Amino acid sequence: MTFASILIQLLNGLAAAASLFLVSAGLSLIFGVTRIVNFAHGSLYMLGLYGAYTLIQALGRTPLGFWSAVLLAALLVGLAGVLIEVLILRRIYRAPELFQLLATFAVVLVIKDIALFVWGAEDLVGPRAPGLGMAVEILGKRIPAYDLLLIAIGPVVLAALWLLLTRTRWGALVRAATQDREMVGALGVDQAKLFTSVFFVGSVLAGLGGALQIPREPANLELDLSVIADAFVVTVVGGLGSIGGAFLAAIIIGVAKAFCIGIGTVTWFGTEIVFSKLTLVVEFLIMALVLVVRPYGLLGRPQAAQRIATDPAPPLTAPSWKIAAIWLVLLVAVPLAADRYVTILLTDIFCFALFAVSLHFIMGPAGMVSFGHAAYFGLGAYAAGLLFKRAGLPMEAALVLAPLCAGAFAVVYGWFCVRLSGVYLAMLTLAFAQISWSIVFQWDSFTGGSNGVFGVWPSAWLADKTTYYYLALACCGAGIALLWRVLFSPFGFVLRAGRDSPLRAEAIGIDLRGFQWAAFVLVGALAGLAGAVYAFSKGSISPSAISIAQSTDGLIMVLLGGVETLTGPIAGAAIFTWLRDEVARRTEFWRAVMGLVILAIVLLFPQGLVGGLKALAARWRERPA
Amino acid sequence: MLQVRNLHAFYGRAHILHGVSLDAGAGEVVALLGRNGAGKSTVLKAIMGLLPPAEGEVAFDGRRVERLPPYRIARLGLGYVPEERRIFTDLTVSENLEVGRQAARAGLPPWTEDKLFALFPNLAAMRERPGGRMSGGEQQMLTIARTLMGNPRCVLLDEPSEGLAPIIVEQMARSIRALKGEGLTVLLSEQNLHFSQAVADRAYIIEKGQIRFGGSMAELAADPSLREQYLSV
Repeated sequence: MTFASILIQLLNGLAAAASLFLVSAGLSLIFGVTRIVNFAHGSLYMLGLYGAYTLIQALGRTPLGFWSAVLLAALLVGLAGVLIEVLILRRIYRAPELFQLLATFAVVLVIKDIALFVWGAEDLVGPRAPGLGMAVEILGKRIPAYDLLLIAIGPVVLAALWLLLTRTRWGALVRAATQDREMVGALGVDQAKLFTSVFFVGSVLAGLGGALQIPREPANLELDLSVIADAFVVTVVGGLGSIGGAFLAAIIIGVAKAFCIGIGTVTWFGTEIVFSKLTLVVEFLIMALVLVVRPYGLLGRPQAAQRIATDPAPPLTAPSWKIAAIWLVLLVAVPLAADRYVTILLTDIFCFALFAVSLHFIMGPAGMVSFGHAAYFGLGAYAAGLLFKRAGLPMEAALVLAPLCAGAFAVVYGWFCVRLSGVYLAMLTLAFAQISWSIVFQWDSFTGGSNGVFGVWPSAWLADKTTYYYLALACCGAGIALLWRVLFSPFGFVLRAGRDSPLRAEAIGIDLRGFQWAAFVLVGALAGLAGAVYAFSKGSISPSAISIAQSTDGLIMVLLGGVETLTGPIAGAAIFTWLRDEVARRTEFWRAVMGLVILAIVLLFPQGLVGGLKALAARWRERPA
Repeated sequence: MLQVRNLHAFYGRAHILHGVSLDAGAGEVVALLGRNGAGKSTVLKAIMGLLPPAEGEVAFDGRRVERLPPYRIARLGLGYVPEERRIFTDLTVSENLEVGRQAARAGLPPWTEDKLFALFPNLAAMRERPGGRMSGGEQQMLTIARTLMGNPRCVLLDEPSEGLAPIIVEQMARSIRALKGEGLTVLLSEQNLHFSQAVADRAYIIEKGQIRFGGSMAELAADPSLREQYLSV
């Protein structure tokens, strides 16, 4: 590469970093004060982009019209953020953190469908910035003037935020609340107003980040999750709560991506390396590397535990094997009475139930929240499909080997993950899931790329839907029983002890990391089994099996059912799968319906469905006679 | 000024306070004495709304406050100084004070930074120092000063002498007497009887979440069996 082309890639990267910084700074600010991991932050970015598109059309393609549209879009997104905070999140600040996460998933679903309804499914390409459409020549290369402007906007916003946080009373309150919001309340500060204002500022930043991209990228409905993944990476690499860190990380990642595109295809020692295909992976590689070397990000510090009076997790009640046996008998009898449709739906539910139970195992009793559990489901599915199609193994062998493959990946990913905890751990699991997804998505020749793998059908003796139903019931039922059994073995007790107090567990001689690693591998393998069973039931596998959406579906199932009960994840998986199927057959806007249902449940049953029903039952028993 | 009647409070399922009643009159310094775990801090947290009481009444300045959130109680003029200090370690001394600042209260001269630095001279020299780089005694001074910035009429002080060097304890006693001189009502929780005798007008003794004694410091001093039974370790 010449010096000129290095410079050009650098400028490209810096221009891309501007929006990345804005959206991440907003996310970081909101997380710091409210401790809510706002999954809907990417949706706010998407709204900013769509909003700017519409407003520019309304206000005219003049410089004044363009810039008013961008600012107005950012402010409107800020108001949308306020609405989300006031209507939903404010009601559940005292609920467990994971439940707040569930609420933000629901908001993602609702916003996606609002965007679909208002702007349609087609990508919308915005206009160039009036007056800035020309290119500036630097060292013989042409750079769009708009990109240079974006490069300047990043530091300007950084400086403005810095002044706001260090030179104003609002800034002092925000920084104080980031450390100890209860104390801030005891000093007479109305937290609700503070939270709302923080949500406003954070959402404006997300909206602005989106609106500023209108001349550079088309508005589309996939932006919400891809942007939130990018923003997670930037905040985690920079250090949660550190605005300066977010700036630094945005630049590193923006530039690294630009260089991957710029380098293109290189041949080293006879091997062809396609760097431009690495763009999707490179940020997650950087993140994994940074988290291993500096577990709290480049400029971050260990998070002080927020002082919130939440009750410790109640002890789990051991599974009732009698009731489980009754269910088993009922499920065995179903195909005798029900039609083909019910059998197929239940087969799906079995797979997702095992997927959800394995996720519950790791995030509930083991205390390691995973945002990327789809990695193992998807890797299991792909392993099954590829062993069957590419290696030519019999279906039965593929089904047995697939969980082992998923488990093998969990050995590698888990080794890194158990070195972290809390939000950082969750983000790292997401990073590994995205790395897996990117490889599957881009390795056309081996995995079939975006088309996936076809013709993954079970052997002749299992081909009948009813027979396959029994296979799925046997595999998934055995997997769930194994996980439950393990939970009440000494190994399970060690995990729960480690969740409740890592220090005390280690002080009595437990090698906690080792056990957590083993737990990671166990649930990885069983999620892989769920994926493999699922793959053969559908006959095909697509990259969506490994996507963020699949991971969040799993989280929704677990949280919907209730993370504090054993049966919750199964109930959650059944209700979610059934409801999605029912709603999707009736309306194109099934996501919004699902989102609203989840929100209703979140606001009515802050302990999850099964937890809420148990509480109701307890109240019924204790009623005055 | 402050009346507490039949206060019950729980941590999760654990019943901590069993019907606590106490009073603090305007301008009085009242000590709440008891051993570790007797429920002293819980009483203060329940009054402040940080641990909403399950049952009972708290009246402040003639107004019922037991259902209000902490920030509303603070704005009515009830200040809270926590036991663990809870200084904002990333913020400077001045910024810590700024977070505590509330509007002036009718009939009371408002606290200003300068007035507080006169009361706690150690703090004056470290306005720009982050709270995390101060000694325990300095942090204790700052946490009281921070609460005073809210111009309270009554202050709840949770174990102000705990973990401080003897010379700082003396300084603390002088500061509390100065607050009384300003006309403030003070309810402080203490294990240190000697310290309490130096600052308080009256005392209550709490044991296992119940008030076992209430009376003047002289009455308490006259009855060694009370000390033996409830305070000695």
